[in-house]
Amino acid sequence: MSANHDDHHEAPDGHNRALRLGIGGPVGSGKTALVAALCRSLGPSLRLGVVTNDIYTTEDADFLRRAGVIDPARITAVQTGCCPHTAIRDDIAANIDAVETLEERFGPLDLVIVESGGDNLTATFSRGLADKQIFVLDVSGGDKVPRKGGPGVTSADLLVVNKTDLAPMVGADLTVMSRDAAKVRDGKPVLFTSIREDKGAHSVAEWVVGIVGSWQHEHGTPHSHSYLS
Amino acid sequence: MHGSPTGGMPNQGAATHGLAALLLLADSRLPAGGHAHSGGAEEACRAGLITGADDLSRFLRGRLATAGRVAAALAWSACSASASWELLDAEADARIASPAQRQASRTQGRLLVRTARRIWPSATLNDLAKALPEGSHHPIALGVAAQAAGCTPDQAAMAAAYTSVTGAATAAVRLLGLDPVTVHRVLAELPYDSVIAEQHDWSALPAHAAPALDLLAEQHLRTEVRLFVS
Amino acid sequence: MTKALVRARAVLRTGLDDRGLTRLETMRSAPPLTLRQTARGEIHLVSTGAGPLGGDHLRLDVEVAEKTSLTVRSIASTLVLPGTGRSLMEIHAYVASGATLVFAPEPTVLAAGCDHMMTTTVHLAEDAALFWREEIVFGRHGEKPGRCHSRFDASIDGRPLLRQEFVVGDPDIDGSPAVFGDARCVGSTLITAGRAHDTSSAETTPAEPKTELREAEVAEGVAVLPLAGPGTLVSALGRDAVELRQRLSWGESRVLP
Repeated sequence: MSANHDDHHEAPDGHNRALRLGIGGPVGSGKTALVAALCRSLGPSLRLGVVTNDIYTTEDADFLRRAGVIDPARITAVQTGCCPHTAIRDDIAANIDAVETLEERFGPLDLVIVESGGDNLTATFSRGLADKQIFVLDVSGGDKVPRKGGPGVTSADLLVVNKTDLAPMVGADLTVMSRDAAKVRDGKPVLFTSIREDKGAHSVAEWVVGIVGSWQHEHGTPHSHSYLS
Repeated sequence: MHGSPTGGMPNQGAATHGLAALLLLADSRLPAGGHAHSGGAEEACRAGLITGADDLSRFLRGRLATAGRVAAALAWSACSASASWELLDAEADARIASPAQRQASRTQGRLLVRTARRIWPSATLNDLAKALPEGSHHPIALGVAAQAAGCTPDQAAMAAAYTSVTGAATAAVRLLGLDPVTVHRVLAELPYDSVIAEQHDWSALPAHAAPALDLLAEQHLRTEVRLFVS
Repeated sequence: MTKALVRARAVLRTGLDDRGLTRLETMRSAPPLTLRQTARGEIHLVSTGAGPLGGDHLRLDVEVAEKTSLTVRSIASTLVLPGTGRSLMEIHAYVASGATLVFAPEPTVLAAGCDHMMTTTVHLAEDAALFWREEIVFGRHGEKPGRCHSRFDASIDGRPLLRQEFVVGDPDIDGSPAVFGDARCVGSTLITAGRAHDTSSAETTPAEPKTELREAEVAEGVAVLPLAGPGTLVSALGRDAVELRQRLSWGESRVLP
């Protein structure tokens, strides 16, 4: 069966479309705060869209809309039927639909952030949905979390350890976390942040600018095109 | 090259024709977004209308005999058709009074067509996607996907009947913590065959209404805390 | 069984008189469907004799001519009784361009042991206005109803607008929380706006009909549902006929303030 090149029902490649960045991590680690921080930092320079996967209704989407960091229309909420990991890994149809609808409506976009619903350490994004992914932990889960690993911690393109300002209070040793993460992550980057203190999560934003740059170098700068064929 | 269902392979006689495709289409693991729809079950649980296996069984029987029967008839028709998708879609529209249910049906249809076009590329699926870019109603998408996958119209109707109750059953398991084996027994006892029939006149297709499902679908959209899309 | 099976066909047809008002072109009663004019453009169905009984075939044809209006009501509810075989009530209505039909009879009550079929087809011209209420009561007080299958098909300008069937007396459906729940009656009202109501449209733009509600509304036991086509359905369940009517009336008032 052959299909001409603009038949998007063939395996989707990244040609001339936005980089899709997944942000996952356990409940309360600061995923939504990180998305808001990235919108704040990157909004002026990149064309953005955001898809949230809420466990309950549209809470995260509403938080982002209230935060006023991005045009509320550019935020789409996907409901996940009690299973946030299913929606980002096993059955990504609703998320793909949300991403493509955003690109249809507001495209061309440079970056679409897909925030997963808070789940556990095994939740990772399907490569059919996210080109790159960030896994967000926070120090209050204990400094042993990086050592225990799990697919999120070991395989994410970037591991973010958030809420470093709380480390002394919860007795988390950042050096231990850093050393353990480096060991299980095979040299992939780890960044420590406190989004409460750094509202723009600047080190993470800088990393994102970098991957958007290489993405566009490889796949071209997104321009207008239609998914409806 | 994709194998044709009539490609002369051994053991592809009439008895098993399309069966593997039917299993794939009806499997809840088919990545087409179905897992996030409860078919009114989430709202029914919230309202206390489903509390255990007995009322779940009554819920599913009624759902199968109404929405399931209509879905099966639409899927049968779509599987045996090759054109006039807008007409069949209008027949589906006329049978779904609730805007919330129409929206949920179209969303699922759009997602299914997107998924099916990659699994079973076919000119008919492409035509359907072009004719109804916002998404055809789900049973129509299912019927055409079944056709592309090599299923018979009866098998398409069976997939529609079956998936008209499985989403609600799974949702009840997740929301109420019901024993999944008990719930599967309930599913096993449902009279799927009773809602499957040959269809020829689109205007005369079954149109069984379920007023309670309409109410649940609209209430669901207005409920603040919800886990499922519908 | 001593009673002979009834075959009856009643006909109602309107026309315009020379003053431009509605007059009844045809009013043919066929007992037990007896028609009585109660006002200009208003007919009451007066039932003569019991029924329908099992085996009876009753038919009513209604044709509302261009720019005329007709209201059809009934004096009392229709009690469907058992008999020899299945009873059938068939209604065919055609509402022409610029015409209005209000069809709001009292409920159909399904007595124990009945076996009843109701079919209704309504053909609407594109700018016809319709108010069509249908109420089914599952048995008299404390009575377990017999069987009933109703089918309603409405089309507008040849396109399907609403098709809905109700089945009572099927063990898979009765008592299902997905269909009627614990209700003892079901009802719906189909409303299409037409464009003919606005008599003051000369001076302004042809405004959207005020009667069109595009946002669904829902309250206890009743939903107001904008259809995919140009019409709205009020759909309600009730524990008794009074509650059902209250709920439908609430929904109707949301569409026709």
